[in-house]
Amino acid sequence: MSYVTAAHDGAADARSALTLDVEQRLGEFSLSASLALPASGVTALFGPSGSGKTSLLRMIAGLDAPHRGAIRLGDETLVDTARGVRLPPHRRRLGVVFQEPRLFPHYRVRGNLTYGMRDAGHERFDAVVELLGIGALLERFPATLSGGEARRVAIGRALLSEPRLLLMDEPLTGLDGARKQELLDYIARLAGDIDIPIVYVSHDPDELTAIADHLVLLEQGRVVADGPLEALLQRFELTERLGGFDAATLVTATVEEHDPHYALSRLRLADGQWLTLPAVDAAPGTRLRLRIPVREVALALDEPGAISYRNRLRATVEEIGPSRPGQTAVELRLRLGEKGIDEQRLRARLTRKSLDEMGLKPGMSVVALVRSVAFDTRHS
Amino acid sequence: MLSPLEVEAILISLRVAGIAVAWILVPGIALAWLMARHEFRGKALLDGVLHLPLVLPPVVVGYLLLLSLGRQGWLGQWLNEWFAVSLPFTWQGAAVAGGVMAFPLLVRAVRLSLEAVDVDLEAAASTLGAGRLRVLFTITLPLALPGLLTGTVLAFARALSEFGATITFAANIPGETRTLPLALYTLIQTPGQEGAAARLCALSVVIAMVSLMASEWLARRARRRLRQRDG
Repeated sequence: MSYVTAAHDGAADARSALTLDVEQRLGEFSLSASLALPASGVTALFGPSGSGKTSLLRMIAGLDAPHRGAIRLGDETLVDTARGVRLPPHRRRLGVVFQEPRLFPHYRVRGNLTYGMRDAGHERFDAVVELLGIGALLERFPATLSGGEARRVAIGRALLSEPRLLLMDEPLTGLDGARKQELLDYIARLAGDIDIPIVYVSHDPDELTAIADHLVLLEQGRVVADGPLEALLQRFELTERLGGFDAATLVTATVEEHDPHYALSRLRLADGQWLTLPAVDAAPGTRLRLRIPVREVALALDEPGAISYRNRLRATVEEIGPSRPGQTAVELRLRLGEKGIDEQRLRARLTRKSLDEMGLKPGMSVVALVRSVAFDTRHS
Repeated sequence: MLSPLEVEAILISLRVAGIAVAWILVPGIALAWLMARHEFRGKALLDGVLHLPLVLPPVVVGYLLLLSLGRQGWLGQWLNEWFAVSLPFTWQGAAVAGGVMAFPLLVRAVRLSLEAVDVDLEAAASTLGAGRLRVLFTITLPLALPGLLTGTVLAFARALSEFGATITFAANIPGETRTLPLALYTLIQTPGQEGAAARLCALSVVIAMVSLMASEWLARRARRRLRQRDG
């Protein structure tokens, strides 16, 4: 999995693209959610299987109806049980990418792509084909495509219907590691290139930290947490659900220069501190989102002497996570930069014994040592 | 080679069976689609009524047709008054009888093939902005094509071989309703016509074989086209 993806400005506008307040019962299972999702960027609906994330997506798409409640997109009501409104799927203008590609077997790739096109928008067609790299597949039938190719065509087909919102239901299901990474890169690029908000259903923490801006955490049909991904990744009580041992935090940095001799890239953080990574394939000036696994961060009280850790960041201990006797590890939240000016946050995991021996307390200055290998570059 | 009487019987048979299939095709597909895609009250009852022609003696079906579509029948009177159409004892009447007898076979075959079409593909089409009719004509029917063809040929063969309902409703009028099975029956009843009867018998076998093979060929072709695209 890659740890570096292009950072898109998830902040965007405050108006909500999608507001929903729904209840649904299916036998023993009940789903109840009240949410306002941002009008831009990627919102991940995240949770274990059976948490209700796919049910939620199907209700938004209009394939299922809530027993009670309403869903609105901007000012338009998609469904409202109180008023007896229920717009059928084909009138909602939402693109859906399902778990399986669901390509029409009797149409060529070209026919599949144009099926939902509203007018002869050839420019858009060419742009989408180019973006997804499916130009060579146009005259083939879906049966002859590989898993990854079929997914890309399915994404292109949804995009070409000019949706107001793109819904993706675990689009990487069933792909092997390399294909998964490839498609994830396509989706990440897409999220940056097109101006369509994406709702992305996933149960894989790696996937969502790679592409999500906003996160909705679902469990047993209830919303457990909802907010910007960066903020949720700082919360100790969510560690277990958001990756556990492999949990990570996100920081944003700008590419400054490359060093071809050592195959390294230098990036600058908001507070002016530097990071050195294995060569990143991005032009200077590009803002990148970096994923720093919590277990890859070590702490020192002073600037250490000669040490092979390339990245040493001055930081302030902000909070120490809960710890119980009998537990080995404890997590800390660190702040880089000045509060309210150029702050970014980072989490570190160390043993409780180190914590006590170093006498770490909130407010103390430390040096965070980040192993270079923690920054995996994006595969191209 | 073929006697004028034989040619006449064959032409009447093909015309009667052709029209029979033509008039049941659209209602048959519509009903099959309703049964395959929808749940409604009375579905089981409708299903039973639909299968009646398969299990009732054909003579009973013919008699029921006579009762309803005859000059004194409620439907027959109406047809006569409004369209000046009278079906009993005409080749059109024979086509109605053949169609009624073939109807359940058509609906059954089409329903099975419609049920085999992946509803997920239909859902995907609807999210791409396709309304119900467009989904039906661009996704459902094309994917059900092999079953549609098989059902059509099956119905055609059934209408071609219809005897009991036809003779009851449309009688056995030379040059009008005397189809191949009726001509054969007539010859068997006539002493000294064993040779001619044998020829008609052989002809029936040939026509049946040709239509079976044609159906098989069509269905295989349609399946192969889908499979090529399918894997």
